[in-house]
Amino acid sequence: MRKCSLEKINLLFKEIAKNAELYLPQDQTDGSAAYKKWEEGSVWSNALNTVRSPKDFFFPQTEDLMAFKTEGKNIEVIDTRKALDDFVIFGVRACDVKSFDILDRVFLSEPVDSFYALRRSHGVIISLACSKPSETCFCKTFGINPAEPTGDISAWKTETDIFFESNTQKGKELLEKLSALTEECDDTAVVDQKAKIDAIMQKLPLKDLKTDAFGGGKTGELFNAPEWDELSEACLGCGTCTFVCPTCQCYDIKDFNTGNGVIRFRCWDSCMYSDFTKMAHGNNRLTQKERFRQRFMHKLVYYPENNDGLFSCVGCGRCLVKCPISMNIVKVMKKIGGKKGE
Amino acid sequence: MQKITREQLIQKASELLENGTVSAVLGWGIGEFDYDVTPTVFSTVEELRNGFVFNDFCGANFSKYLVKKTDKIEGKILVFLKPCDTYSFNQLLTEHRFDREKVYAVGIPCEGMADIAKVKAISGDGIAAIGSNGDKLTVTTLYADEPVVIAANDVLAERCINCKSKKHVAYDELMGEEGEVIESNRFDEVARLEAMTADERFAFWQNELSRCIRCNACRDACPACTCEKCVFDNPNSGVENKSPANEFEEKLFHIIRAYHVAGRCTDCGECSRVCPQNIPLHLLNRKFIKDMNDFYGEYQAGAEVGSRAPLVDYTTEDLEPGEVFDRRENNA
Repeated sequence: MRKCSLEKINLLFKEIAKNAELYLPQDQTDGSAAYKKWEEGSVWSNALNTVRSPKDFFFPQTEDLMAFKTEGKNIEVIDTRKALDDFVIFGVRACDVKSFDILDRVFLSEPVDSFYALRRSHGVIISLACSKPSETCFCKTFGINPAEPTGDISAWKTETDIFFESNTQKGKELLEKLSALTEECDDTAVVDQKAKIDAIMQKLPLKDLKTDAFGGGKTGELFNAPEWDELSEACLGCGTCTFVCPTCQCYDIKDFNTGNGVIRFRCWDSCMYSDFTKMAHGNNRLTQKERFRQRFMHKLVYYPENNDGLFSCVGCGRCLVKCPISMNIVKVMKKIGGKKGE
Repeated sequence: MQKITREQLIQKASELLENGTVSAVLGWGIGEFDYDVTPTVFSTVEELRNGFVFNDFCGANFSKYLVKKTDKIEGKILVFLKPCDTYSFNQLLTEHRFDREKVYAVGIPCEGMADIAKVKAISGDGIAAIGSNGDKLTVTTLYADEPVVIAANDVLAERCINCKSKKHVAYDELMGEEGEVIESNRFDEVARLEAMTADERFAFWQNELSRCIRCNACRDACPACTCEKCVFDNPNSGVENKSPANEFEEKLFHIIRAYHVAGRCTDCGECSRVCPQNIPLHLLNRKFIKDMNDFYGEYQAGAEVGSRAPLVDYTTEDLEPGEVFDRRENNA
């Protein structure tokens, strides 16, 4: 384990940024935090987490896939992919690191999504333990320990220092490059922080949320549950939950007419939207109840069914904070799960 | 901080349910914490007792829900309306968006609603409980040894700081005392933007709108946005898009929306309340309201049912378009 004094943290950022683009949470003018590129003078945010999740780095909201240019009767097909440099994402919380695993299973399974794979191969993740989780956090429900964040390098921040431990070859190589600014140390302070985080985890209001009622094979049991009516009653049908979610992965592919050609791009889509997966025969989910149900069945039943029981929620709590009507996966799990959900 | 209590509202709703005046109640449903309330339809007294809540976090404007709920329901639905909600209520009636006969509206006083982000900025994160006592909120957190006591006025939502009216403009029955229309400072921020140079103003909106994720929450919560099919959701419209493809598009969406609701927006502030990125969208609408007041005389959308908004009305005193342009030139 190596440590760096927080007084030298900007030197450390500068050193990382010498070899790769560095992104870290920074405060925005509205008071919330977002991942921004580090530049001289950038200030690392103290916020627990960002509004937008770091999935943006690997699966951006919009991305050009290819383009066509027409000239007379000729169509030229243009590869819009660009070479990518290595980049480092600093300060990723344990929940968000886990979300990459969930996205990987979708985008890196055959047929591999080459756009996603390219970004993923160039990204180095430095995670950060959560010393002060929020009341909206429930990562523990999904087997995530905020005291033990994974990623290429794990980090723990105390009042005075930041501690690093590498987990992968990529992480090891990066830490070696930072050896002039870090020193070898024992893990006393980190062990102490982990114990404190464990203690606070016992006090979180959502600590007892259980997934027992959900998982693969539950479609028949849950699809027609009467509770969906009530749960979806007030849903506005906006895309807030899906767009702040670190694991929502649905996208649409669209053509943009440039006048003398077409740019084919993909953009995030939301199962909450009325034209989601609209097909030639029409929309396969006509009511908001059906759209609402799709989102939660996907996270709690369909995804685990196809992915060895892994749920596609990491308990980051963004949807709890941001839903305009305060309806969210926790309320769904408690209501649908009944006694099993508490 | 609220003068009317949960118990009084439950009693009123129970009475109206039991005597058959209404068959359902549109109210605020209890959440996991003390601040995450969900608009909820209650059908029985028992449901009300178990799940109805009224506190300083009941900001949601129910008027728009009436468009869908009145379609579904047998009999009448009871809706609780804060003063600002009644303006949206009237505006929707003006646009014939729901059947007045299917609604029993109870006006309730409002002392202003709290913004949970402002509460957390003072108390810190990890909220365990929020109590209300007179004009103070007592916030217990997982991290502070003692509860943090906050003056309710220090955490008022922006729209409540600039409350335009404590008067209800529509109701079947009123609970508590009626208030007055307020001379608010709601146009001050617009005036500040107007005083900027065009470049400064562009930079201001560039910064704000750059955070937009096109979740459409502003539109979906807006009581003036009740089109059956929004042009931005219609794949055949040619302008439908699910995400801001570029910086221009972010602005296009918000500017078109602001124009579409001009003269119909009551300045209820739901757009800014629900924005996950804290974009002050209400300022676009307020700019239009301020301009219409300046150009065509004071007009408050929703103040009465059936009023004609300046942009769909004609009087011989109307400004000529050229005059509007000249004024703008002089202001620039």
